[in-house]
Amino acid sequence: MAEPILEVRDITKLFGSVIALSKVSTKVYRGEVTCLLGDNGAGKSTLIKILSGVFQPTEGTCHFNGEIVTLRSPREARAMGIATVYQELSLLPLMPIWRNFFLGAEPEKGSALLRRFDIEFAKRTVREELRKMGIEIRDPDQPVGSMSGGERQSIAISRAVYFGAKVLILDEPTAALGVKQAGMVLRYVAQAKARDLGVIFISHNPQHAYTVGDRFFILKHGKVLGSWTKKELSLEDMIRNMSGVDELEALSRELEQIAAGRQERNNGMENES
Amino acid sequence: MAFQNARMLAPDDRLAKTGPVRRVFRRVEAGALIGAVVVWAFFALAAPENWLSITGVARILDSSSTLGIMAVAVALLMIGGEFDLSTGVMTGTTGLIAGMLATELNTSIWLAMLVSLVFALAVGFFNGWIVVKTRLPSFIVTLATFFVLRGANVGVTRLVTARVTVSNIDQAIGFLSARGFFNLEFTLLGTQFRTSTIWWIALAFIATWVLQRTRYGNWIFAVGGDVNSARNVGVPSERVKISLFMVTAAAAWLVGMMGILRLRSSVASEGIGQEFVYIIAVVTGGTLLTGGYGSVVGACIGALIFGMARVGIVFAGWDTDWFYSFLGIMLLVAVLVNAFTRKRAEEVRIAAAKARTEEEVT
Repeated sequence: MAEPILEVRDITKLFGSVIALSKVSTKVYRGEVTCLLGDNGAGKSTLIKILSGVFQPTEGTCHFNGEIVTLRSPREARAMGIATVYQELSLLPLMPIWRNFFLGAEPEKGSALLRRFDIEFAKRTVREELRKMGIEIRDPDQPVGSMSGGERQSIAISRAVYFGAKVLILDEPTAALGVKQAGMVLRYVAQAKARDLGVIFISHNPQHAYTVGDRFFILKHGKVLGSWTKKELSLEDMIRNMSGVDELEALSRELEQIAAGRQERNNGMENES
Repeated sequence: MAFQNARMLAPDDRLAKTGPVRRVFRRVEAGALIGAVVVWAFFALAAPENWLSITGVARILDSSSTLGIMAVAVALLMIGGEFDLSTGVMTGTTGLIAGMLATELNTSIWLAMLVSLVFALAVGFFNGWIVVKTRLPSFIVTLATFFVLRGANVGVTRLVTARVTVSNIDQAIGFLSARGFFNLEFTLLGTQFRTSTIWWIALAFIATWVLQRTRYGNWIFAVGGDVNSARNVGVPSERVKISLFMVTAAAAWLVGMMGILRLRSSVASEGIGQEFVYIIAVVTGGTLLTGGYGSVVGACIGALIFGMARVGIVFAGWDTDWFYSFLGIMLLVAVLVNAFTRKRAEEVRIAAAKARTEEEVT
């Protein structure tokens, strides 16, 4: 196995006397989707905020490409190639796709007083970049607000990829979406992986995570409950690990149905690839 | 890309359905344009002999020009998500400052105007700085500025001149050259036009170019749409907002200078109430009150509607007492038309987007 692109070792984060994370270690590899799972309050958000430079760890180290790094701000993390797509996406609904895509990093042409936004380049690039992700847009002038939730996610993802992200952190990208829309976003996650990015996929939906994930990593009460590769972990085990033992009884009936569904899906995936 | 199917990459056949008529209706300015045509046609029927002459056109443009200059700047500010209620009174303040410096201290009018500009920019900076630092609504902050300036206009003028007017500004050094630069009559096609009209058109062009074609313009839309999202992707939102307040104040200065150079005097009550007229012209032009969406050209059309009404009422020989009532009705109609056309355009777009998404994922 190659070097991990991003690694955290023994990260601890305290907020006053509250232990948000305790000695958490994990590795993220290029061309893989690493799923970060756990219930609300497990410490997922704290960990991604450390990885994206919003918080600094109380103890422990971050390693990027094998070197120890200190991420002091989101800007620094972004400059290094760690892009975070939050649920709220940072897209402006009333603005056209091309204006959104390049917002804050507008390509320019011309000099001095005639220095201007290179609109032709922006429109062409947006079309090309989205096509690479498998989306055909007919009009780059379409306002983002008129697009579906899945499409908006995919714009945010392709923007991160275009601006040189090496690690892509997706914070619950499928949480607010319906089944079809979520499926669409999972495809784009697979696309980002195929383009050799290290993807960190945060979710509390085990089905979504299991569909795209290569590596799973479960947090509970700020501690690592375990980490597995896809081969080592079945969907049943994953759900058991994510939820408490108490809830197992209630889940067991549901599990059988899901397992049957997975069998079909696995067959489907083999056929596709 | 195994999952891509042929349909997704096929050229979109629904594109053809967006015909040229719908494209015009989709534009931000559509409502204002319809309003302008209606008002023009209305007065063309009510007072055809004056209205349809070149003199009529010159009068309309003259009447619209200073309002238009303000509408250009206020449009940028409002697209950037902020209000400025001190714009009207600022045209008076800047005129009084320049006028008093030139008449009481006998400075060159050019120097007096420069000092006045510096003052305007400082107030604009102050407005913007308070708004971005305190995150108070700009409506309140600039309302405070409005009252402070309104009081100072009368107070300082009375202290200095012992009256509430500054007159004999034309005695100042450099008056003629300044007048020539900012507000001169010139003859075209046998009719008197004013340079203020040229200023208006030039500034509208520049502002449109900046808004639509530059990085800064993109940032204006973004800070007006959602300031947090804009900041997240690295837009210097505070700088953008403060600069917009300064641009608006500078526009008020320009209009103030045009006023004193034309009338040769200035009164302490100058400009009060005009701030609403500017905002109304901008909103009539399709700019959203909530920011993030709008057009400079639309704001100019809005200003033109007002200019037409002002001149048209006189041409038609009506009682000018009713002018503001007429404006109120016109505003309401324009905004309704505006809301209707935009809603229609949005509905078409959203329906198309939904249809497409469902098609893609099934």
